[in-house]
Amino acid sequence: MSFLDIQGLSLKAGATEILRDVSLQLERGQVLGLIGESGAGKSTLALAAIGFLKPGLTIAGGKVSLDGIDLVAASPDELSKLRQSKVAYVAQSAAAAFNPFYRLGHQVTELRALRDGIGGSERRQLAAELFARLQLPEPDRFGLKYPHQVSGGQLQRAMIAMALLNNPELIVFDEPTTALDVTTQVEVLKVIRQVIAAEGCSAIYVSHDIAVVSQVCDRIVVVRNGVMVEANETRRIIDSPQTDYARALVASRSTSDFNRETSDTQILIEGRGLDLGYGSVRIVENVDITVGRSEIVALVGESGSGKTTVARAIAGLLVPRRGSVTLSGIRLAASVDDRNDDQRRRIQFIHQLPDVALNPRQTVRAVLARPLVKFMGLSGADLEERLRGLMAEVELPAALLDRYPGALSGGQKQRVYIARCLAAEPDILICDEVTSALDPLVEESILSLLWHLNQDKGLGMLFITHNLGVTRRFTDRVVIMERGRIVESGTTKAIFAAPGEEYTKRLMLAEPSTRAGWLDERIASGD
Amino acid sequence: MAHPLLSFAMRRGGSGLVSLLLVSLLVFVGTALLPGDAAQSILGQNATPETLAALRQQLGLNEPLPVRYWNWLVGLAQGDMGTSFSSGRAVADLLWPRLRASMTLALAAAVIALPLAISLGILSALKRDSFLDRAISFLSMWLVSIPAFLTGYILINIFAIRLGWFPSLSISHGSASFMDWINALVLPVTTLVFVTIAHTMRLTRTAVLSVMASDYILMAEIKGLSPRRVTLTHALPNALSPILSISMLTVAYLMVGVVVIETVFNYAGLGKLMVDAVSYRDLPLVQGCAVVFSLVFVSLNFAADFLSVLVNPRLREPKE
Repeated sequence: MSFLDIQGLSLKAGATEILRDVSLQLERGQVLGLIGESGAGKSTLALAAIGFLKPGLTIAGGKVSLDGIDLVAASPDELSKLRQSKVAYVAQSAAAAFNPFYRLGHQVTELRALRDGIGGSERRQLAAELFARLQLPEPDRFGLKYPHQVSGGQLQRAMIAMALLNNPELIVFDEPTTALDVTTQVEVLKVIRQVIAAEGCSAIYVSHDIAVVSQVCDRIVVVRNGVMVEANETRRIIDSPQTDYARALVASRSTSDFNRETSDTQILIEGRGLDLGYGSVRIVENVDITVGRSEIVALVGESGSGKTTVARAIAGLLVPRRGSVTLSGIRLAASVDDRNDDQRRRIQFIHQLPDVALNPRQTVRAVLARPLVKFMGLSGADLEERLRGLMAEVELPAALLDRYPGALSGGQKQRVYIARCLAAEPDILICDEVTSALDPLVEESILSLLWHLNQDKGLGMLFITHNLGVTRRFTDRVVIMERGRIVESGTTKAIFAAPGEEYTKRLMLAEPSTRAGWLDERIASGD
Repeated sequence: MAHPLLSFAMRRGGSGLVSLLLVSLLVFVGTALLPGDAAQSILGQNATPETLAALRQQLGLNEPLPVRYWNWLVGLAQGDMGTSFSSGRAVADLLWPRLRASMTLALAAAVIALPLAISLGILSALKRDSFLDRAISFLSMWLVSIPAFLTGYILINIFAIRLGWFPSLSISHGSASFMDWINALVLPVTTLVFVTIAHTMRLTRTAVLSVMASDYILMAEIKGLSPRRVTLTHALPNALSPILSISMLTVAYLMVGVVVIETVFNYAGLGKLMVDAVSYRDLPLVQGCAVVFSLVFVSLNFAADFLSVLVNPRLREPKE
């Protein structure tokens, strides 16, 4: 019998089926990838494999056995014991999964202290050993820090250290790098790969990023809407996916759907010599940026590099300390409050999280009608007609007009928000990480919508992203930022063909690929 | 840069002082605006224009308002709150015994009510939606729904009149023994516990439950920790801020907001003193009471905020 054997597992939340008839096996020392959209049931499945059901879930049928132990029949006490020693879990957001009240060393060694009753100095030593194994800085002192005092990548490694505490036989990695920058992601991926190899344990790796999964896993299981769609060895899934869904997942990384012609470069908006900051903190220094008519300009960098700050200054949401913003050659007031309606209308801003940007108490109709009334002066039948037109433009059924945002999917919400911007008939769209919260297939459909708008209406776009794959396929020009300064800029083709700066090269190398051996090369190169 | 705790204490303390100053201004101007002046209220029927003028001169009422305010403030800062009209004694001398009495009552009630309410709140959160949880909620809501004076009279009726276990009045005599004094406190304290327990209990429950929805609690459960340990060592410490706030507010309420209870039990506390002062139009005493009330509120709020920072590593420990 396999080390982990799941047979016909079905899980329910109330009357809703979350997982339906899932069967999979995992041998000792193997790494299994679970891939699919968010909400597909991947995490739920991985947690069920280590004997944990989130509150409200019940087992509707099937068997889960781990190393010969029947987890469905086991008592809560037995399951707790199992999770304390035999298995471990690495959560998606280490920042949220560490208790803010306790020092890291305390949390990482908590289970051993409970089990063996070891005290202060032994715990410190144990923590220091674990931190040293994960190459954390100053391992002797690292455990004294609180979660908010260390970086995201370090926290994620500390969480892996916590998982290794009791030499588990199975580790579940639940989207462990999704919240990280590409360069940090590579570091954590390297650590995960080395840890699995050194421990000889089995692992389940949950992700929506097929490139990442393909680098760490022996086998991949594709999950969609709680059902297993496809399962096979990693290379087989990547090279010859059998189902349409798996094909779409694999394809979304490699094809070039956005055929970009070099457009005329009449400058539409220009930020010049921008110095930006909040309070006493200086974020951005001497940044120049332009976007031309029907041009898509990528603003690329890691989190904290100042991309969004630049976008906010251009939109007039942040007043620069120095520097100016001009629109079609006319200098704009620094604050959006002092710009006139027409200037405001011409620059529209799409946020990363439509959940936050849309008022949950306003229907889609109310959201879209506001700019139509304010900027276009529409009312009555004209307004209604334009509302329907907008919905058609973003490929949403007009029936959704009377829904509240809560009743829409993530992709639909982002489309509504795009429609809200289009209602103003802008000249330039500032897109702030507009697809990074979305699943790959939804991301693809939003990109294609934006691309059509760019082609048909000649909309200029400032496209802020940390995703180089999207940048390469989707944009005309790239501006790369590091710690508040522009390190390199040029046409997308030229930069990707021959990156000039070390930082740019590092970003590009860090971009995960489904190519066999990509991670091994990264480990070997040691960068 | 100074330690975040210190700089927080200075900032918060500074704003506390500013609010105290504003309150003192409000109190002074408010009482000054009342019809008739102090000289008139003192002399009452006996006022003749000559005696009025003489007394005004003596009380300094002919000075302009800002000057009088300034003099009053300087006096306050030196602990001199003026002289009571009705008794002719220094306001401070009248206030301090009453403040001590109120503090005794408040602390006795708080020492019982807070631990009880917080434990019940935690128990409720731990056994969420169980029979026990509902029973605790129902009982505490029921207790808080009865007006305080009614609770007081019911307790007096049963324990003082019918059973005769405790005295119904709390007038303390110099000769009273310690046991008498404790006996006299039992009924008012019980009433106050009944009145305050529900809020603290329910807020504790809500605070613990909202923390229980965090990712790190899920993580603790996945690690295989017992529900008890998850609640007590992982959830509770993170719920301390709101619990501390409501606790301090409860103590503040117990010290200055229990006029009705003091009246029911004829307890010589601050609240009763102020009500009496208002009915005698004893303005310096009213002003003194109001200033002490706001001092109590401002200090307890400061304590609540400071403790909230103290128990939150994200606010306490610099990010470096």
